[in-house]
Amino acid sequence: MSETTFSARDFESVHTDEAVQVIARPSLSYWQDAWVRLKDNRRALFSLYLILALLAFTIAGPWVWTVDPQTQDLDQISRAPGPAAQATIVAPYVPWDGSTLAPPGTGLRLAEPATTQAVRLLWEPVEGARGYRVYRNLFPIGEERAFGLPLFDILDPLDTSFEDRLDLKPRNYFYSVVELNPDGEPTGAHQTIEVDVERVTTLEEAAAAGLVPEGAELREGDSVELAFHPLGTDYLGRDMLARLMSGARVSLFIGIFAPILYILFGVVYGATAGFFGRWVDQVLMRFSDFVVALPFLLFMILIRVASGVQPGESGIAPLVIALVLLGWPATARLVRGQILQIREEGYVSASRLLGAKTGYLVLRHMIPNTMGVILVTLTFAVPSAIFTEAFLSFIGMGVAPPEASWGSMCNEGIKTMLTYPHELIFPALFISITVLAFNMLGDGLRDALDARMRGTE
Amino acid sequence: MGRYALKRLVQGAITVWFIATATFFAMHMVPGDPLASDKAVSEKIRANLEAKYGLDKPLLTQYGIYMGNLARGDFGISFTQENRRVNDIIREHFPVSATLGILAVVFAALGGILWGALTALNRNRMPDIVIMLLVILGISVPSFVFAALGQLTLVNINNLLGFSLLPVAGWGTVAHMLIPSLVLGLGTMAYLTRLMRSSMLEIMNSDFVRTARSKGVPAPRIFTHHQLRNAILPVITVLGPSIAVITTGGFVVEIVFAIPGLGRYFVQAVQQSDYTVIMGTTVFYGAFLVLMVIIVDLVYGLIDPRVRLE
Repeated sequence: MSETTFSARDFESVHTDEAVQVIARPSLSYWQDAWVRLKDNRRALFSLYLILALLAFTIAGPWVWTVDPQTQDLDQISRAPGPAAQATIVAPYVPWDGSTLAPPGTGLRLAEPATTQAVRLLWEPVEGARGYRVYRNLFPIGEERAFGLPLFDILDPLDTSFEDRLDLKPRNYFYSVVELNPDGEPTGAHQTIEVDVERVTTLEEAAAAGLVPEGAELREGDSVELAFHPLGTDYLGRDMLARLMSGARVSLFIGIFAPILYILFGVVYGATAGFFGRWVDQVLMRFSDFVVALPFLLFMILIRVASGVQPGESGIAPLVIALVLLGWPATARLVRGQILQIREEGYVSASRLLGAKTGYLVLRHMIPNTMGVILVTLTFAVPSAIFTEAFLSFIGMGVAPPEASWGSMCNEGIKTMLTYPHELIFPALFISITVLAFNMLGDGLRDALDARMRGTE
Repeated sequence: MGRYALKRLVQGAITVWFIATATFFAMHMVPGDPLASDKAVSEKIRANLEAKYGLDKPLLTQYGIYMGNLARGDFGISFTQENRRVNDIIREHFPVSATLGILAVVFAALGGILWGALTALNRNRMPDIVIMLLVILGISVPSFVFAALGQLTLVNINNLLGFSLLPVAGWGTVAHMLIPSLVLGLGTMAYLTRLMRSSMLEIMNSDFVRTARSKGVPAPRIFTHHQLRNAILPVITVLGPSIAVITTGGFVVEIVFAIPGLGRYFVQAVQQSDYTVIMGTTVFYGAFLVLMVIIVDLVYGLIDPRVRLE
């Protein structure tokens, strides 16, 4: 056996880097972990940006787009979205007696180019007719002979001219002249003409509306640019973009504020029931079962009536109150369940052993540990509150004119759905996008925050 | 089962009492004299109402009279229409709403189960992606937009065909009912599809399905006897609340399609401040919904015996 000799050097520790010893990743708090997970979820992140954009639209929008949502632009009623419209300047209106030199041709025809100032029609006298009835329609005359709006009855067979000045829009119209029999009833015979109406204005009107650029010398035949409405106007000529912004304030206020209030109440209620347990729990939860059983929409309306809002009036405060009164039980039940569970956890017992008081336990351990669930509930509560507001405003039981919300705008828009679909489409689109964004964010938050629900879908 | 049913019925009765009480006190919070509105109530009606409800007596006495009448199934007399009992109004208009609602629930449930199963079986393939996109649309678009679009499509189809394939509005025949009930059920159908899909996905990975497969049970039989039957259970649980959502959601569809249902009548009653009709309709609807939830729960108990043990 050979002898091994050791020197002092052999007992020196090999140099080690302290940092290498640390093999754990930095510890993440619950919220940091949730944020990391949320950031990885592209759909949730996208919906978060969408919501931020909607909030910016609502809050900062009116500073960028300063058009007053109440102002009526009577030149451009129900205008479809698009670039600013041009109007040709023409001479002021001169009454017409139908005696202009008839342009060549026969049958129903225009006496002069049709403008929004006047449409002047001419036709030939018809043998045996007692007179004529003039109609205007927005659509071609089909099989069923729907002529549209009757404009005038002419009871003289020789009077074969008509001037229309009724609320003319720059669009295509179908004018029909139907012969009347001796009893003044329309016979089947009719002539129809399609008329393309040009947008015109006079110098005075343009000046009065502030459309003439400074220092510009305008003559007849020139064109001026009318006020710009990127998303068009509604049936009273109000700017859609500005109205959508002011509607967003109402819709999002109700949609976000009411859920915050009722979830807060639900948390307090549920925490009380869960923490005290026994008969307190029994009584409180039985009562919440009753509230759940109330028919939701009927009671929304009932509470509105009960707070003295007359039909046709706007009731934002009653709407929020009703949502709070009826919305809390789901949160209360959820939080109670959570508290019952957390109450039995080891760290709560440990804390109690160390002398923690009830209030401290609730505030330090119970509420923070239910925050994730509460936040998810809140995110899902927003779209349902927005839906409720829209639904009620739509049937005229929520926000009423002149105040705008997305729901009440839909209510107004549906009346002109066939002719001016943009008045319904835009507010409906905003409701859908908002609801969609909050739902997707809710899904993402649930995946990120709630470990137990992870991977259920 | 009998005890369970009885317990649920007693609970239901107490809930209906609570709904009636809440309705009564809510309506008595309305500021001012309900009879002194601008839509003048005729002397005859006024005298009748005061005598019947003891409107000059204290609130609690009125409450007693009201509950007594309700217990006898008497909802009172309309404020705005002479000699029209609320019971008659409900009898006349509710069957319409109920038919609409039942059809909508059937559409929603069948559609939800079918689409949900289809998406789960084709997970992450084309049918799944397309249907789930439609589901997202169904969940985020408000019902009145569907109603408006449904009507618009109908008008266009009828115009295109040159004859009336399906009526655009009104009520009476089966043809009138199809589109409105479909529109009414659409939102719930989307929700149920989502629920069915996740429940089906869970079942597909469960042990008993694997066992069945290993025993050599043919795939169609596994689908009908093992997967579908178990996956439907969560859908049935939410069917009770869904009936509530659909029947009260009928308001909009009834208004858009001009259907003479109770929902439309209720909205009219609110506009005319017809308090007895408002109260009667609310209590009636509330009782109906409570009953529906109980029935669904009992059916659930029959299908899934585990529930009764709780």
